[in-house]
Amino acid sequence: MISEKELKVIVEQVLSEMNNKDFAESKKDTGKSQSDVDHIDDNELSDITMVDMRKQLLVPNPENREDYLQMKAKTSARVGVWRAGPRYKTETLLRFRADHAVAMDAVFTDVSEEIIAEMNLFTVKTKCKDKDEYLTRPDLGRKFDDEEVAIMKEKCKMNPQVQVIVADGLSSTAVEANIRDILPVIFQGLEGYGIKAGTPFFIKYGRVPSMDVVSEVTGADITCLLVGERPGLATGESMSAYIAYKGTVGMPEARRTVVSNIHQGGTAAVEAGAHIAHILKEMLDQKKSGLELQL
Amino acid sequence: MKLKTKLFGVSYAFTSVKEVLAKANEEKSGDIYLKIAAETNQERVAAKRVLSELTLEDLRNNPVIPMEEDEVTRVIDGLVNESIYNEIKNWTVGYLREYVLLHSTTNEDIKRIGRGLTAEMVAGAAKLMSNMDLVYGASKINIWGKANTTVGLPGTLSFRLQPNHPTDDPDGIIATIMEGLSYGSGDAVIGVNPVEDTVGNTKNIMNCIYDFMMKWEVPTQTCVLSHISTQMEAVRQGAPVSIFFQSVAGTEDANKAFGIDAMLIDEAFELIKKQGIAPGPNLMYFETGQGSEMSLDTDHGVDEMTLEARSYGFAKRYNPFMVNNVSGFIGPETLYDGRQMIRANLEDHFMGKLMGLPMGMAPCYTNHTKMDQNDQEIATMLLAMAGSNYYMGVPVGDDIMLSYQDTSFHDDATLRELLNRKPTKEFFKWLMDMGIMDESGKLTAKGGDPSIFLKR
Repeated sequence: MISEKELKVIVEQVLSEMNNKDFAESKKDTGKSQSDVDHIDDNELSDITMVDMRKQLLVPNPENREDYLQMKAKTSARVGVWRAGPRYKTETLLRFRADHAVAMDAVFTDVSEEIIAEMNLFTVKTKCKDKDEYLTRPDLGRKFDDEEVAIMKEKCKMNPQVQVIVADGLSSTAVEANIRDILPVIFQGLEGYGIKAGTPFFIKYGRVPSMDVVSEVTGADITCLLVGERPGLATGESMSAYIAYKGTVGMPEARRTVVSNIHQGGTAAVEAGAHIAHILKEMLDQKKSGLELQL
Repeated sequence: MKLKTKLFGVSYAFTSVKEVLAKANEEKSGDIYLKIAAETNQERVAAKRVLSELTLEDLRNNPVIPMEEDEVTRVIDGLVNESIYNEIKNWTVGYLREYVLLHSTTNEDIKRIGRGLTAEMVAGAAKLMSNMDLVYGASKINIWGKANTTVGLPGTLSFRLQPNHPTDDPDGIIATIMEGLSYGSGDAVIGVNPVEDTVGNTKNIMNCIYDFMMKWEVPTQTCVLSHISTQMEAVRQGAPVSIFFQSVAGTEDANKAFGIDAMLIDEAFELIKKQGIAPGPNLMYFETGQGSEMSLDTDHGVDEMTLEARSYGFAKRYNPFMVNNVSGFIGPETLYDGRQMIRANLEDHFMGKLMGLPMGMAPCYTNHTKMDQNDQEIATMLLAMAGSNYYMGVPVGDDIMLSYQDTSFHDDATLRELLNRKPTKEFFKWLMDMGIMDESGKLTAKGGDPSIFLKR
């Protein structure tokens, strides 16, 4: 027999469970009726990253909206953003965070195999085993195992006037965005100048000084490395060209000529390719690179 | 010299001052990468203990790179005031730390002993300090510089307006200058990092920002951050500029990799004194940051923090107008995450000031490192408490040319409010005349409207 007291406890428990269940049911219902994401068409959503900031002036009652917007059209800098007290407006802050997020994510992707194949490049890999090691061990990103050097020797035309190579560097997105446009222009330019180019290839997990190993292995007069730059906000598309005359392992950085900011918002790839071809010609004529080169 | 100690009954022995200095560091990925970091937490503390008992004389006699091998070592040793050094050479590094922190030690006292210190001593004291020690110690030291205007006086907080542009477009640069000035940024210098490092382009930008400064009578200085040899040629050809810029490092090899040595900078200093548009006497602007030597393979197995102190020692030769630290700019191989970046920034700011330099800070981060805006803002606020002379001003912190994030115009205005600091005297008056800032140092309703410079 159970006592009256015990019975009371059991009844209370059952009631309480029933209530909970009811509550849970009703919660489910409200969930369905009030915040159902399925009912909102994706096409109706606003995307803060789609706002063209060049055309946006958030200052209320500016002194001269029209003329400032004209100047602002010339820069992707986040200007004319106004403020909340001395701090950013919420939209400005969230746009910044979104753009940082996409840049960070871009660092950790690999260049697609298809694009490398499409450009007729073969791949050699530095001593890094993965991205994390690549990021924290710059010493390994400039060295190659013997087997990889053997591949270079086997596949490359030796002692060219110009050896062009491509490396992922810190942005695979940059390589993917620019390589189709820039490589053909450089080679056409070199052909126009009557300069003999070597066999281009791709370096995975490659840092800038990896080009010096290539210079030594191929015996090229000039080595030109196209490499993905550290991504800026919103874009991982910036590429640079590092160019050295008679590069050697351990040479001073000041001996490299650099063409930076190759991307749609900076110097477009086609234009940059022509500029690089011109620099390569000058370098061959002057037999110098870096700070010693007069452009 | 005792390179041995005991902790919890275990003996720890070190083979050199260089090893002690490296192992006494707080954890940094750069030291781990070079395989010179302490292997355990206990070994780290043992190294700190040994360091605390070394004398300043021990450190002077054992520079991390020997004099005969390195120009930077010779420059630093040559700057030591022998009388002051002789007064303090028997101090332990532990006492140097306490001396700086003592209530009875004044700003002038610290500046005086600073003339007798070498980089190893300055780094050594900082290695014994906690983060709050570094903030408190630095807050006692005030060092200012004067080019056109004076930056770094007590009660002020200044900013370099950094209107970089990915193609050096003049309108784009000016649009950003307008925005920055409308937030009260730009009293330290208006300085552009050009994309194209040529004499012609450097001259164009020097002229462009000079003309704007003159048109609006902005009481500040201008600078174009090309390589020093490019700036020199531009000035020889008559371009107007207030101060010269150059990145410097803590070893002769690293400086060589930057394309400089003391002789070149000596020549630059003479040139800007003769041909620059600012009266001075402080006319050089240097930039440094932990890890630059190791990223160029020129570290000689020395830890990045001690090398940073050596950069300051080199910079000191030129009584600079401003020294700007950018630890955080290089990447995860030197400073792995936000915690390491914040620590490095506090160390650098303190070490620079103890070395006698007018320090400004650029707590910054790149997109391939485990750091974000929140880490950067923490570093910025701490450094402001520590009394940094100036920061960068970059639109919403996003440098569209150098591809990294730094302090913003908004941060500049916020820090002034938080700490009740004002712009330089002349600039403050100019801001009030322009209607951008009120007498309390707050932005007015017009503050933040860049189009006031386009008023019809």
